[in-house]
Amino acid sequence: MEQPTTVTADESALVAAFEARIAAGESIEPKDWMPERYRRQLIRMMSQHAHSEIVGMLPEGNWITRAPSLRRKMSLIAKVQDEAGHGLYIYCGTETLGVDRHELVAQLLDGRAKYSSIFNYPTLSWADMGVIGWFVDGAAIVNQTILAKASYGPYARAMVRICKEENFHKRQGYEICATLANGTPAQREMLQEAVNRFWWPSLMMFGPSDTDSPNSAELLKWRVKRKTNDELRQRFINLTVPQAAAIGVTLPDPDLRFNAETNNWEFGEIDWAEFFQVIGGNGPCNKERIAARQKAHDDGAWVREAATAHAGKQRRDVQAA
Amino acid sequence: MAGHDDEEAGVAAGSASAVTINVAGTRGPSFGAPLVEYVLRLGDDRLVLGHRLSEWTGHGPILEEDIALSNMALDLVGQANMFLGLAGELEGKGRDADALAFFREGVQYRNALIVELPRGDFGFTMARQFLFDVYSVLLLDALASCAHEQLAAIAAKSLKECKYHLRHSSEWVVRLGDGTEESHARVQQSLNELWRYTGELFAHDEIDAAVAALGVTVDAGALQSRWDNMVQDVLQRATLSVPTDVVMTMGGRRGRHTEHLGHMLAVMQSVARAHPGATW
Repeated sequence: MEQPTTVTADESALVAAFEARIAAGESIEPKDWMPERYRRQLIRMMSQHAHSEIVGMLPEGNWITRAPSLRRKMSLIAKVQDEAGHGLYIYCGTETLGVDRHELVAQLLDGRAKYSSIFNYPTLSWADMGVIGWFVDGAAIVNQTILAKASYGPYARAMVRICKEENFHKRQGYEICATLANGTPAQREMLQEAVNRFWWPSLMMFGPSDTDSPNSAELLKWRVKRKTNDELRQRFINLTVPQAAAIGVTLPDPDLRFNAETNNWEFGEIDWAEFFQVIGGNGPCNKERIAARQKAHDDGAWVREAATAHAGKQRRDVQAA
Repeated sequence: MAGHDDEEAGVAAGSASAVTINVAGTRGPSFGAPLVEYVLRLGDDRLVLGHRLSEWTGHGPILEEDIALSNMALDLVGQANMFLGLAGELEGKGRDADALAFFREGVQYRNALIVELPRGDFGFTMARQFLFDVYSVLLLDALASCAHEQLAAIAAKSLKECKYHLRHSSEWVVRLGDGTEESHARVQQSLNELWRYTGELFAHDEIDAAVAALGVTVDAGALQSRWDNMVQDVLQRATLSVPTDVVMTMGGRRGRHTEHLGHMLAVMQSVARAHPGATW
């Protein structure tokens, strides 16, 4: 990701034209010229996003077999299936930048690629299925609504489509929470406990504070990102506080208070040491998540080989005929 | 539950007439206990198989296949929801699909044994799916024109989904059988293990006889011969052989299950049973 040390005159003219297009609000398409750093930034962001969808299937998949009603079982299967679909769709989008899915998956499995830190937390009760939908999909929507206006066409279009489904997931999650909140004392307790565990890790999903975010400035300039991490985090908090109040859930932050001048909910200090531990591979479930993906990959090797071999035989048969 | 247990006792004793008399006496002349039992079989097959498929979600061999397995799981649980809902309605004791799914013991489940076996590897899952899908498509096709309107409607709706499942599972059986030496050996081994559970799908008992009298007619013999032909056709294309000289294992339709079902239900029912009476 180093800046090229020399830029030719031709290239600087291309960069100027590229930046002018972005400034004019045009979208960049796969065949358009783009600076190498732009391409790499996008591959990094899009593949992280795709990996997050795939790894994100695991904590929720963990409760499919225990969903307490057939309706909940179906909607959870459908939700996790949607995530697989999003992953696939974004991997395909990333391929338009000249990198193939196998390489991206290899990067995930060997730890070179990152994914959202939230999925390294365990799912410990049914209420987590509600809270993840409400917080995690809610946070994803805040992020992705902005990404839908990003400069790279295939990513922006993917976000428009994905956001629609995420909105549905969020409503579904919040509805699970509202049902628990209206339920038995044990259900209410289960909900509050899950909220307590997921609130702070959900705020960390927006990434480090802008002052500590190494990639933000350039991403903003090229309209790969459109808002800073802190702006998005604040927006998420402002949206979520009233939703918590509506179902009688307490957000676990004694410093949370409304500032009438800024119209923002001010919040307490995020434990960034925990965040950096989790993205550094030392979260509660990092090893389990990657091990599960690795196992699926390894167990599936003979299946993929068989599919390739069969397809090869079919092609030969067609040619021989 | 008491009345339901009585019916089971009648079935277990193999006394068709006792069941029929019970039905006529307590549930009116048209449809009754044998039909409840029959529809439970349809629901339980799909719930248990759908559950087994859902264990793959997030762990499939290819992303596309993860989506396909989840999709089939979703269809089957959805079908189970409809069949169990109907069974509860016909039973008339206020049990809905969830009460039947989450608050029955293993011995009260009526699924065929083949669907409750652990998912195994992908070859086992697909071989089982294929054998079941052929059966399911043929059965639902017959039921779609049966005399019971609601049952026929659910069967017709499910049939559309199961036809897609069958196309998918038979393509995979061919792909794996014809693919590599390893895939061929694995899927053949799975077929060999699964075969002894296929006979149960075509067993004709007093429940089938009783519902036939009510206009829910499925010719088990014809079903089996069509199943044989369709299965043989695909296995031939897959260069796989049909296992022979297999002694069939049965019991699921009467609640005599393998030991696997209890563990599956322990997981599936754990949250619902920890909070009896709760709404989700």
